[in-house]
Amino acid sequence: MDPDSKLALDAFKNDEEPHISIRQEICKGCAQKYCLYICPGGLYSINEETGELLNEYTGCLECSSCRVSCPYGALEWNYPRGGFGVQYRYG
Amino acid sequence: MEKLDVVVVGGGLGGLASAYCLAKEGIQVLVLERGDHPGSKNVTGGRIYLRPLFRYLPDLWDEAPLERLVTKEVITMMGDDSSTTLQFTSKKFRESPPHSYTILRSRFDRWLGEQVMERGGFVVPQRRVTDLLKEDGRVVGVVSEGEEIPSDMVIIADGALSLMAEKGSLRGPLPPRHAAVGLKEVIRLSPEVIEERFGLKSGEGVAHLFFGSITQGAFGGGFLYTNRDTISLGLVVGIESYLKTQPSSEVHQLLEKFKEKEEVAHLIKGGELMEYSAHLIPEGGNRPLPKPYGDGIVAVGDAAGFALNMGITVRGMEFALASGCMAAQAVKRAKEKGDFSVSTLSYYESLLKESFVFKDHETFRDSLEVLENPRSVCFYPQLLCRVLEELFWIGEEPRGKVSSTVWKGIKEGFLNTAGLDDLWKFRRI
Ligand SMILES: Cc1cc2nc3c(=O)[nH]c(=O)nc-3n(C[C@H](O)[C@H](O)[C@H](O)COP(=O)(O)OP(=O)(O)OC[C@H]3O[C@@H](n4cnc5c(N)ncnc54)[C@H](O)[C@@H]3O)c2cc1C
Repeated sequence: MDPDSKLALDAFKNDEEPHISIRQEICKGCAQKYCLYICPGGLYSINEETGELLNEYTGCLECSSCRVSCPYGALEWNYPRGGFGVQYRYG
Repeated sequence: MEKLDVVVVGGGLGGLASAYCLAKEGIQVLVLERGDHPGSKNVTGGRIYLRPLFRYLPDLWDEAPLERLVTKEVITMMGDDSSTTLQFTSKKFRESPPHSYTILRSRFDRWLGEQVMERGGFVVPQRRVTDLLKEDGRVVGVVSEGEEIPSDMVIIADGALSLMAEKGSLRGPLPPRHAAVGLKEVIRLSPEVIEERFGLKSGEGVAHLFFGSITQGAFGGGFLYTNRDTISLGLVVGIESYLKTQPSSEVHQLLEKFKEKEEVAHLIKGGELMEYSAHLIPEGGNRPLPKPYGDGIVAVGDAAGFALNMGITVRGMEFALASGCMAAQAVKRAKEKGDFSVSTLSYYESLLKESFVFKDHETFRDSLEVLENPRSVCFYPQLLCRVLEELFWIGEEPRGKVSSTVWKGIKEGFLNTAGLDDLWKFRRI
């Protein structure tokens, strides 16, 4: 099962404001791109045309693995505002 | 805003336990939780051991929404195409007081929040704390979305990532070596199917752990716990350790491959996937914060690094609940003295040092090096499976002696520098 279909089962309340922002100027020079491998939602990708790092913050499970694994502190990572984001029914 | 006695950041186990104990003592306490309700952001494996907790929270457990009493322990060591399983059960697991239950946090934490409210504490959901209020280096409250909330004491209970531990200068950002990520699925099956499939009596459950080739050389392992009418299935993977393996696949694909393994597939067959979750785990090198407090601030639970990630098992819930209670005791004393400085709050450290929280961490303080050794997660489980395969296999050729097959395995595994070195280091676990 791909992560998108799994995330579709979760309850989300999405904010308009993204809670993660990417400092593209840093990511451009990053060879490792650990974020592409460590995200449980598979939410990071590269825009083939521009080479920019993309993130779909609306499916974020808020585990923060991307923040922890980034060697360059390129992610401005916050929790979503109170009451927004994923809401687990089982946990 | 009027100054409060105590503000707790985070309504997980650590925060709610401290609020519960404070409210029982009649101390004014406000818990700010960013989720829709306590538990709505929280993920565990998981199982909780109750016995270490009775002295801290004696009267909580009769009514608590726990899942199944664990009476069966199973460990599976996975090779690439083979596996070895060990199962243990004992009458002792059914003795009273109860030993260990499976648990789902969204239900449990929500209920615990209600217990806090019933005892006069305030639990306010949908409130994210964004900063700490400081005065001359002392913490004097919190900021929540621009609103200042002054208090004598702040208890930070915001979990493994703990942005507040960073803001309160208790530690820097969590390094990837000291963090693991847990991925989990909750799968629905009827209680009857669960009991029949796993050979369980009504209300009883199994804790099944997996390690070996499933993490592809990274530190970690898989888990399966039976709940009342669901199964919790997941993987824990050390972040640095995984990235070091130069992974060719994304971490969520490990979980998919794990589920496809024959050893797992038949256990979840026919189940309906209800929820997918992920959460950070402080691996800590199994070293908690050396000083989990400062002027006006104490840290509890995962925020203080109180979690033992042994790869296949993670223990953090008892530590979170117990450290929350000990923090409450220290805060109570500070309030009686009217002094919220480090010198009074060091009582928290003395309480921790006398307790299982510090002692258990001390016992395993040097275990990370052994656990993240790729030989521990890959080579040894595979070796064991290979030796057993040779023992059980009768082919066209005449077979060797049992003793020589075993001896060959021992020689390959241990009678060389790497093996002897591993054996020597194994004392640390
Ligand atoms: C996959 C997995 C398996 C595990 N298995 C087990 C197991 O079997 N047994 C075991 O004992 N332990 C296990 N653990 C560890 C255990 O779950 C944790 O140790 C435990 O949840 C820690 O509790 P806590 O209260 O410290 O933190 P948490 O439960 O993380 O609670 C933190 C709370 O703070 C809130 N919060 C965070 N930031 C803010 C903010 N800025 N403002 C307001 N609120 C905020 C969060 O929403 C959350 O409610 C496992 C963990 C994982 C991820």
